[in-house]
Amino acid sequence: MTDTSQLHRIESRRLALYGSLLVLPSVFMLSLFAFWPTLATLWASLFSKGTSRRPSSFIGLDNYESLFANPDFWQVVGNNLIYAGVTIPVSIALALGMALWANARIPARAMVRIAYFTPAMLPMVAAANLWLFFYTPDIGVLDRLFGLVGIGGTNWLGQPETALASVIVVTIWKEAGFFMIFYLAALQTIPPDLKEAALIEGAGRWTYFRRILLPLLMPTTLFVMVNAMINSVKLIDHLFILTKGGPNNASKLILYWIWENAFSYFDRPMAAALTVLVLIVLGIVALIQFAVLERRIHYR
Amino acid sequence: MTSPAPFIVLTGITKSWGDSQGVAGIDLTIARGDFVVLLGPSGCGKSTTLRLIAGLETPNTGRVLIDGKDVTALPPAHRGLSMVFQSYALFPHLSVAENIIFGLRVRGLPKAERSERLEKALSLTGLKGYEDRKPSALSGGQRQRVALARAIVAGHPLCLMDEPLSNLDAKLRHEVRQEIRQLQQELGMTVVYVTHDQTEAMGMADRIVLMKNGLIEQQGPPEDLYEQPATAFAASFVGSPPMALLPAGKLPPALSAGLADGLIGVRPEALRLAGAGEAGLPARVTGVEFLGGETLVYLDSAAGALIAKLPGRPAVVRGSDVQITWSASDRHLFEAASGKRISNPAGLSAPAERKTGRMV
Repeated sequence: MTDTSQLHRIESRRLALYGSLLVLPSVFMLSLFAFWPTLATLWASLFSKGTSRRPSSFIGLDNYESLFANPDFWQVVGNNLIYAGVTIPVSIALALGMALWANARIPARAMVRIAYFTPAMLPMVAAANLWLFFYTPDIGVLDRLFGLVGIGGTNWLGQPETALASVIVVTIWKEAGFFMIFYLAALQTIPPDLKEAALIEGAGRWTYFRRILLPLLMPTTLFVMVNAMINSVKLIDHLFILTKGGPNNASKLILYWIWENAFSYFDRPMAAALTVLVLIVLGIVALIQFAVLERRIHYR
Repeated sequence: MTSPAPFIVLTGITKSWGDSQGVAGIDLTIARGDFVVLLGPSGCGKSTTLRLIAGLETPNTGRVLIDGKDVTALPPAHRGLSMVFQSYALFPHLSVAENIIFGLRVRGLPKAERSERLEKALSLTGLKGYEDRKPSALSGGQRQRVALARAIVAGHPLCLMDEPLSNLDAKLRHEVRQEIRQLQQELGMTVVYVTHDQTEAMGMADRIVLMKNGLIEQQGPPEDLYEQPATAFAASFVGSPPMALLPAGKLPPALSAGLADGLIGVRPEALRLAGAGEAGLPARVTGVEFLGGETLVYLDSAAGALIAKLPGRPAVVRGSDVQITWSASDRHLFEAASGKRISNPAGLSAPAERKTGRMV
């Protein structure tokens, strides 16, 4: 072996060492707060619920099996799919609409923007309390309004037919204003020249929106979509105030159920098994979003 | 090449936003096939005038006629024109080809015709081989060409250009200047071109429309503006270095053209060092700039600062005192208060016959 190749080897070994040293802090933090809890959860999900008479024991995938056999599980999953399937597209569409409106030359533009953004500034619990008042049967704002046209006394949160829908409305009301801010910021980075050029080339408002504005907003849309998706799993504060998942599980979402399992029924292993399932699904969806959409999005 | 029928007619156009005046009342006629440059300092209303022709702004009063048709109330798309923006306004997510044919696609042209026109526009602007690139992968000059290609692809008879060269470096600017002019002649387009750069205007225009404070100061072929400036402003704005405007009262009697007050304007190239026994304006040399074929001499005199453009390499040094003079035929007289040109009382011979409709 010649001297030079030996030098090269030392050099590359030194670079590798630098590299590992540089990633070390991140690896440490991620391990402590992400990887380790994930593995611990996975491990915990393989044990039975421990009681004072029967201590916890390793039962393999039994927790998962009983979950899949539990009709409540499928109802909660179904609820969450409807919840996500409605809140994500509707709040994104509303946010875009409001942003376009609040970005236009309208009187009292600052007021409009503040009005749209106010729901996003309220804590979820406060917002839920507000809506609890709106939804109160007979004396709530909603029933008063419906009473004017002769429809009276709906127990919006108390009946299985309307409970989930009522919760969905609150979420959309809360999220649309928040997402609007991102769209508003993105809209302001698009030079007005582009619109004028499109106008001169004969494009109408709709063509400009579809062929120019929407593609240029795609990075924002992806970001908002990922956030909306995370929120559809993560955001359950309002359930504690509004319905507590009821009636008869009609408005129960997965994370709320996880919380119930862990802290009401004290079935930690079951909660862990549910958490693992959620993690797997979210991971897959995030991968699809970034892998598929990333390639089709133009970043400036 | 230039037909006398007016192609664009602006009558009594005003445009203001609240307190800020864009255009204060202009009448303008542009002939078909002309290359017309709107020239002026920033804030003079030249860009507003262009946007009024484009339909991106609506005038407060007055009418816009294009090709005999009143288009004052029509949207830009229905005016049969294209526009090149200062920023180029290329769509960043579309490829070069898609950018160019954007308008054709919007107007629903069949695919075969689209690609035929695209080919032609690409070859005219030298963009062959760049069709699939995104604007972000192009140089400034190439982006400028894409904007040009987009403007010519539809075959509109009128093209508006809003300072299209101001984002290019000096060398490229000179090159593209000639290309735009060539393209305009080849395609027989009418071009209305906005710039604040008087060399650009002089080099490209069939006619220059010089604007100031929302009004037309003077219009005519570049030679007219240079040789017969109608006002002191026109005299100082056109030409580089600018014409020296000297108050007649502060000049020696022999050079003051018999004016008590008023301005005497002399082009830098008309200034020369006075010979022995010749009446001259005493001046001190404050700077010498040797440019090769000529030398710029910066002077300070009792009548103010002035710049002389002397041929070759004159024997003057910084700090030396010289006598500067000019021929009576080279001077321009302006009223002191209004800045208007005073027709020369000495009855000078009219300037030599000028060619109009110059080829470049």
